[in-house]
Amino acid sequence: MSFSAFFYDKRLRSVLFQALLVLSIAFGFFWLVENTVSNLSDQGKSVGFSFLSQTAGFQISSTLGTWLMKYEVGRSTYLDVYFIGIINTFVVAVLGILAAAVLGFSIGIMRLSHNLVIRGFATVYVEMLRNIPLLLQLFFWYFAVLRSLPSRREQTELFSGIAGINITGLYLPAPIAQSGFMIVILVFIMAIIGAVMLSKWATKRQCKTGRTFPAFWAGLGLIVGTPLVAFLALGSPLDWSFPEFKYTGPLLRRGFQSGTGMVIVPELIAVWLALSLYTAAFIAEIVRAGILAVAKGQTEASYSLGLRPGITLRLIVIPQALRVIIPPLTSQFLNLTKNSSLAVAIAYPELVSIFAGTALNQVGKEIEMIAMMMTVYLTFSLLTAAFMNWFNARVKLVER
Amino acid sequence: MSNNLVIGIGALVVGGVVGYFAGAGNEKIVEVEKVVEVEKQQTATLDAVKSKGFVQCGVSQGLPGFSNSDDSGKWTGIDVDVCRAVAAAVFGDSSKVKFTPLSAKQRFTALASGEIDVLSRNTTWTMTRDTQLGLNFAGVNYYDGQGMMVPKSLGAKSAMELDGANICTNTGTTTELNITDFFRSNGMKFNLVAFEKADEVVAAYDAGRCDVYTTDRSGLAAQRTKLTNPDDHMVLPEIISKEPLGPVVRQGDDQWFNIVRWSLRAMINAEEMGITSANAKSKVNDNNPAIKRLLGSEGNFGAELGLSNDWALNILSQVGNYGESYEAHVGPNTPLKLDRGVNELWSKGGILYAAPIR
Repeated sequence: MSFSAFFYDKRLRSVLFQALLVLSIAFGFFWLVENTVSNLSDQGKSVGFSFLSQTAGFQISSTLGTWLMKYEVGRSTYLDVYFIGIINTFVVAVLGILAAAVLGFSIGIMRLSHNLVIRGFATVYVEMLRNIPLLLQLFFWYFAVLRSLPSRREQTELFSGIAGINITGLYLPAPIAQSGFMIVILVFIMAIIGAVMLSKWATKRQCKTGRTFPAFWAGLGLIVGTPLVAFLALGSPLDWSFPEFKYTGPLLRRGFQSGTGMVIVPELIAVWLALSLYTAAFIAEIVRAGILAVAKGQTEASYSLGLRPGITLRLIVIPQALRVIIPPLTSQFLNLTKNSSLAVAIAYPELVSIFAGTALNQVGKEIEMIAMMMTVYLTFSLLTAAFMNWFNARVKLVER
Repeated sequence: MSNNLVIGIGALVVGGVVGYFAGAGNEKIVEVEKVVEVEKQQTATLDAVKSKGFVQCGVSQGLPGFSNSDDSGKWTGIDVDVCRAVAAAVFGDSSKVKFTPLSAKQRFTALASGEIDVLSRNTTWTMTRDTQLGLNFAGVNYYDGQGMMVPKSLGAKSAMELDGANICTNTGTTTELNITDFFRSNGMKFNLVAFEKADEVVAAYDAGRCDVYTTDRSGLAAQRTKLTNPDDHMVLPEIISKEPLGPVVRQGDDQWFNIVRWSLRAMINAEEMGITSANAKSKVNDNNPAIKRLLGSEGNFGAELGLSNDWALNILSQVGNYGESYEAHVGPNTPLKLDRGVNELWSKGGILYAAPIR
């Protein structure tokens, strides 16, 4: 085979060029890594993850992360700091996604209302919130929250002796699990599985015989009732630590006492408010678009069959609208997760703030730490996308 | 057709090889140039400064009292005065200086690359910086330290009373570490709220989120002016870290290092001798030989620095002594209201002590 024949063979040629491309990409990557390592060693820096086992010498604002990891200055390591950052980011992302979805759906449906006041409110909401930069909204909510709360030596009692709020945060009773509480949790999980199976059985029976079964209420009873019975039968294996408030004594000792109850810091409240309100505006538009995408004939057909408006919305319009809504909704959820990194600006101790901020300042391992941080955001995003893809596959049009 | 292809590929290969060797050759030439440049920098910052006609000075991006520019672009502050003093010593004209505002991250790179001749940007003198970055600290023009500010209504007179406090700060190089160490070593508990930027710390502290605001004491004084009621707040006496701030030059050019170091010392010595911008010229023929040596009417001290003998006279008549600079920019009569404290002369209870000129 001559050279030109080899070159004019379409298959061989494409293989050759693809191999060249792969090689050059691999070489480029290798060159980048090699260069970085040698540049770092010129500066007297080494590459490696041994810093993770060093103890971190700085305090972190008390949050769910520090509580779960039992953070203690001088004992906890940088790896603990990493996990605290992940937990706190996760908390914001999950709370934000839930609130944004509920609020976004409501506002989206309100925008289609026939009532002028409701429709006007929804329009103003969407146009205002999605057109102001998120960072500004974050500052606005943070300082609005701070300025509206009573000072540290006072409190607004939500339930006398049980929950209260002031500028240092929202104080709630903290649950302390006793032995035997694991059984209650186990029963709870089993009840959820039971309720799902019950619902499936009810659907099947309705398809077969036409008889309906109140699966929702039965399932709810199962999920709430069974663990409650188990809980009482085991002698209430759960203690509560109530937040303690002192009005008297030395000025610095007044206010909520540390170590009692649990606290939700105002930074978390502000981040959560800003992220969910902002993202809800975008979700509302997506929902509106989804509902408008369902042909009007569908609603009219449903009415002519005698179905009530509520059932029409739930069984005819929404299932079809979801097919349009889910894909863009997924990217809004991903945006929200990534936007949570803005919380660094208002001192919420999430991943960027404590790991890429304070910890990075101490250790100076930029490449390793930023790479670890990127891994977290990538994992969060891919998990969200995987879940939404699964959900999308369930609701999308089944072609027969 | 196929011939064309072969020729084309051949040309590519030849071109690539030629290009590679040409490129490699170029690289070597560049290397040589670099070496020459570095050698030049190491020996003759003074010559370079003289030939371009001004001192290029690295300052902060705006820290009131230290280096801050006003609406008309005029820079003022005690760090700026060090730059002006060097310009007065070299050129006899304190206005022959240009300023480069630098962030904390850029500052050492800017100095090492030769972009600036002297860095006077509230930079803490630490061993790491002195030994590992190829720099020399020419002295200390402000002894700073991390402090704590509290509302007066709190009634605390000492940081030892702050057990259980909420503390606001900005994430800095060692700020969080210092405050944590202080509370740990005294067996006290606290909660830390760490913001990314100073502006948000001030706003949150002002809103009452924290009982305490901690950062360098000079920073506290500057930020206090931004609070709603600055007079309702006080800085506690405890200093929990040592932050000696001073001008920095490149390592390896001892002549330039000496010029910057002695420009600062001339200002401190002058305050000790009672020489001010107002009386500097009339003191040239003073009976005190120490004053005569400083102002250049006796001895040959300026020439030994590579400057004219009236170098210090120019600094003092145009910029003033250390005390004047301090009073004008950070002293009790300025918005910063910083007492001299340890920055007082050694003869008046402080630690400012400049080697004598003789």
